[in-house]
Amino acid sequence: MPHQQRGAASPAAPTRTIGPAVGAGEAPLEDQPLERVNQPVSFWRGFVPTVRDIWAYRELLGQLIRKELKVKYKDSVLGFVWTLLRPLLYLLVYAVAIGVFLGSGKVIPGFGIYLFTGLLAWTLFTDIIGGCTGSIVGNAGLVKKVYFPRELFPLSVVGAAMINVLLQAVILILAYLATWSFPSPANLPLIPLALVALLLFSVGLGLILAASNVFLRDVTHLVEVGLLLWFWMTPIVYDWTKVRTTLTVDNDLAWLFQVYLANPMANIVLAFQRALWPGGQTEAGAAFYYDGNLYVRLGVLIAAGLVFVWVAQRLFARSQGNFAQEL
Amino acid sequence: MTDVIRVHDVSKQFALRKDKSLKERLVNARRSRENAESFWALRDIDLTFASGSTTGLIGHNGSGKSTLLKIIGGILTPSSGYVERRGRLAALLELGAGFHGDLTGRENVYLNAAILGLTRKQTDGYFDEIVDFSGIENFIDTQVKFYSSGMYVRLAFAVAVHVDPEILLVDEVLSVGDEPFQRKCLDRIRRFQREGRTIVFVSHGLDQVRQLCDRAVLLDHGNQLVDGTPTEAVRAFRDLNQAAEEAEEENVDIAAQGTRRVTISDVSVADLDGRPVRTLPSGAGLQVRFRVDPGSRLDDWIVGVALEDSGGQVVWGANSDMQGFSLPELTGAPEEVTVEFPEVPLSEGVYQVSIAVASTGNKIVYHRVNRLATFRVVTDAYEDGAVHLRPGYRVGDQAVPRGGVPLESAAGER
Repeated sequence: MPHQQRGAASPAAPTRTIGPAVGAGEAPLEDQPLERVNQPVSFWRGFVPTVRDIWAYRELLGQLIRKELKVKYKDSVLGFVWTLLRPLLYLLVYAVAIGVFLGSGKVIPGFGIYLFTGLLAWTLFTDIIGGCTGSIVGNAGLVKKVYFPRELFPLSVVGAAMINVLLQAVILILAYLATWSFPSPANLPLIPLALVALLLFSVGLGLILAASNVFLRDVTHLVEVGLLLWFWMTPIVYDWTKVRTTLTVDNDLAWLFQVYLANPMANIVLAFQRALWPGGQTEAGAAFYYDGNLYVRLGVLIAAGLVFVWVAQRLFARSQGNFAQEL
Repeated sequence: MTDVIRVHDVSKQFALRKDKSLKERLVNARRSRENAESFWALRDIDLTFASGSTTGLIGHNGSGKSTLLKIIGGILTPSSGYVERRGRLAALLELGAGFHGDLTGRENVYLNAAILGLTRKQTDGYFDEIVDFSGIENFIDTQVKFYSSGMYVRLAFAVAVHVDPEILLVDEVLSVGDEPFQRKCLDRIRRFQREGRTIVFVSHGLDQVRQLCDRAVLLDHGNQLVDGTPTEAVRAFRDLNQAAEEAEEENVDIAAQGTRRVTISDVSVADLDGRPVRTLPSGAGLQVRFRVDPGSRLDDWIVGVALEDSGGQVVWGANSDMQGFSLPELTGAPEEVTVEFPEVPLSEGVYQVSIAVASTGNKIVYHRVNRLATFRVVTDAYEDGAVHLRPGYRVGDQAVPRGGVPLESAAGER
């Protein structure tokens, strides 16, 4: 068959690509070791290689995050404004229903900001959990046709959610300026700690949910219901002192109160409120700052979160071999 | 030569589960076990691929070709056995697998390139080349959901070929796009070959396999039937098809038309000595024999014969009138008719014979039987196209002798 170099006329770049398999490097093919595909790794030792793998694919992770963000508001006129409108609407509803009708606004100073700090942490959490759950199923086309670490799908959701939260934080700053009240810098170190705890916890949960959703689609609906329940189990739109009073003073249920406080999201939200809500610095608001040692609590959470992420990743890795055929 | 991929005794079993939700599983708890039917998509596949080789995987739909590619690519894990490989790998299992309809062509190029392993910087460098190759400059900033399927595929292939893998897995993606673009793609594949990359590809285009591959593996229901030269594998595959077709032939009412003023029966194919044959070497003679039963006297009649290849393309067709023969009058008794071809220089393949009896000028078709007889032509040469030609080569004044097996004996052995 006569064949001309028509299509290949473009000058070939002589450079050899360093793809994600950077480890293989530039060594001539003969010198590279034969590697077993999908090498079964022991349950205990597989975590570190996976992390290395994900690091090698960080460029792709960036692209996937970009895709998540772009696709979400594509073709909508307001675009990214929606990221801000949704929490603002929630804020409005809670501020009117709970702040005004139920009277919390009169008791808690700066109730709007109080609500918003909690909602900020909560939105990040739900965005990650909800997004992760559908991430493998939603990308079935890719999962079935291309190989790269499957963890990238949940992680791209996490990345996109973080960027959304950063944008929403702008509202908070505007609110500080509008009310001319600012959080005390002494409490700000709580934020990175709370964020790390939140990320570890939600990534771990997200990985497990993403994997189980492949095998059982009911997980999507379970998560919806579960998050609703969880929202009301967390002191976001009400204050934690009400729970304490109800459980320890009115009833002799101190242990139940400890259970309530064992909720990781409760600790994270309390830390957010303490660090970002200036109202607690006033005399009227001081009571609503959580009086326990949040640093210790967050430290324990982070330690537990690390273990949790490790366990979740191992479970995820176990099931991922079957993703392509289950989808 | 180095082995680049080793497939060790790989088997893959699929469970066919029909219930997916918790509700369905609870409701069908008892039947759940029965629902989990399983079948073997691959059984004991054992192959090695040397660096720089191009291997074609052929077989029917569902024979396990794609599954094998996915296992090599690491997308599926085998039920038993394992795969080893070295070097960077790019799998083109589906063009545009990573494309997202809501993103523009430009955004998708970056995303897809990242999926295939390019960094953003490298993609920047290749971007113009990619767009140029795809030939859709004007639409690069349009969302791909508005693309025609041809445009979609062009862009996807353009991205894929600019990734620079040592191993390339290709699944049935070369058969897309219009002809010039296909040629462009094939040129690219050939360039990959010249650069010494290892290619494994699945194709239903048997000619493509013969042209591109230096080895072919025939899979049938998950078993590895033949591992050899493309010609061997393709021939075995055609045998397989023929067997299946013959089994079908029994049941199928062969499409027949005509007024039945004359009927055709007992169609057979024979060699020049009149012995029935199914396979003949290219260039040998062939007789098409059949019986006509006119019922009563008939003087105005012609016989038409057509030979079709397996794709339904007529490779030769004419009738006795067109060829300048006027057939003698039929008395009314059944008569044996033989159409003799002194030589049939067709290229390798399976051919089918259709026969018609009509009045002059085809005004009345008495009887027409389609594809009632089948024969196979074998050759020992790599060639393209419909006919088997045997060129000699001369350089300067020097005739070049042909190496390998002498043509006639090689063909005759089969």
